[in-house]
Amino acid sequence: MSWVNAIIQGILIGGLYALFACGLSLMFGVMKVINLAHGDLAVVAAYTALGVITITHVPAVWSFILVVPIFAVLGYVVQRTLIQAALDRSVLTTLLVTFGLSVVIENALLQFASADSHSLDIGPLVSDSIQIGSQISIAWLLLVIFVVAVVVLLGLQYFLSSSRQGRLIRAVADDQEAAQLSGADYRHVFGIAGAIAFGTVALAGLAFGMYSSFDPTIGTDQLLLFAFEAVVIGGLGSLWGTLVGGILLGVVQQIGAQIGPSNQILAGQLVFLLILVIRPQGLTARRSTA
Amino acid sequence: MTGGPVTGGGALLEVRDLTVHHGQLRALHQVSLAVAPGEVYAMIGANGAGKSTLLRSIAGLHMPTSGSILLEGQDLVRLRPEKRVAAGIVMVPEGRRLFPSLTVEENLQVGASYARPGPWRIEGVYDLFPWMRDRRGQLAGQLSGGEQQSVAIGRALVANPRVLLLDELSLGLAPAVVRRIYQTLPELLASGLTVLLVEQDVSQALRIASHIHCLLEGQTTLQGPPGDLTAEEIEGAYFGLAGVNGPGGGREAPA
Repeated sequence: MSWVNAIIQGILIGGLYALFACGLSLMFGVMKVINLAHGDLAVVAAYTALGVITITHVPAVWSFILVVPIFAVLGYVVQRTLIQAALDRSVLTTLLVTFGLSVVIENALLQFASADSHSLDIGPLVSDSIQIGSQISIAWLLLVIFVVAVVVLLGLQYFLSSSRQGRLIRAVADDQEAAQLSGADYRHVFGIAGAIAFGTVALAGLAFGMYSSFDPTIGTDQLLLFAFEAVVIGGLGSLWGTLVGGILLGVVQQIGAQIGPSNQILAGQLVFLLILVIRPQGLTARRSTA
Repeated sequence: MTGGPVTGGGALLEVRDLTVHHGQLRALHQVSLAVAPGEVYAMIGANGAGKSTLLRSIAGLHMPTSGSILLEGQDLVRLRPEKRVAAGIVMVPEGRRLFPSLTVEENLQVGASYARPGPWRIEGVYDLFPWMRDRRGQLAGQLSGGEQQSVAIGRALVANPRVLLLDELSLGLAPAVVRRIYQTLPELLASGLTVLLVEQDVSQALRIASHIHCLLEGQTTLQGPPGDLTAEEIEGAYFGLAGVNGPGGGREAPA
């Protein structure tokens, strides 16, 4: 039964990984930008929530109402200024710029928030769980996070496939110049994709901050890595793939931990490498010519 | 060179002394042209003559070194490509350039996203190319070259341009397919469009155009209505044979 429990926990935590990963996947798919500061943004969102809670005294659970819009706006602005300026030079420049951004964020957090770890205090909610039999216990928090992640990914999928703006995002991802010739300002479309990426990663950062503790360096040490692994396992360019990748990563990590607590991250990385070798396009993506 | 009074006798689109460089290379040198409303104006010339550069500059994809591009006397040179669409200049780019992961209908919807008011709707495109209606759900990347070209034209039409730029429509297509696509031209003109096109097939250009403009190594060598030009003149201007025309010495045919 403990194995069943591990798989269930893995699926639930996988939802959170997918939520982390979808913004990374979107920015790569649309702008061809690999945002190396993606994990750090999640951490900044968690620290921002700490600040918001201190100032406004809103309960931690509701901090997303303020933090996610702030990050969406931030995403638009950073994309239109810093990242666009890098893109105008070359795609490789964006790698350097986001790497630099990551270093700046981590050091600024160390400077202003110290290396101590924090968490978003949601009170007794954090330990509430549903007990099934003697072996399986499902934390409410993790279940809620999973449901939120699936709803967000479904909503994003619907937005991209059915709305006018979503169609423009896909068109720009296909062919920037042709989109311009249809009257679309691709820089604005990039900005919107950046807003979505920052908004979703902020939400993921808050969820992570409630579920676990965070410190200034965890963004690159763990979160960025998990997001990358989820994207690669699932296959680029598909939100379903990202969800599948996140869940598989979560399950494999929990099974690894079941075998021995030190194996958790190793197990995830082994599956990630295995997928890279046997199915580099990811589990769900069609083989592309690119 | 810029800002002078509008000349060219009621031209809808006018290009004055346009010079464009690709890095060190001069792609266009002092090219001028005037397209009257309702006209089919064809640019001809050999590979690398600068025809596509001219069209792409008018669409805003190349920044000219000097010169001006006027739509009804308004200079567009500083406008970004997407703003030129709003002004009424829409290009069908070389190689179709559809959005391959979008369906036929979605491609048309993207084209209509920033449409000006005008007669063309997606339904009108389906009437023009009836096969498209049944296959609107198909991914554009899966269509044949000729089908893609029709969708690319449709995508431009639904933006309701005043001037439609067609860049190398026939590239890579079978002659029969090209003929079928050009057969829709009268219908486009009847809707009030003006067409400026680049065509490598000179005989095709002569069949459809009301005005021919030949480029050679970035410079005008000949222009005028097809009826006023002899085959020898065109051949000379096209290949740059000595004695026909010196570089830059465009010959104005009587109007």
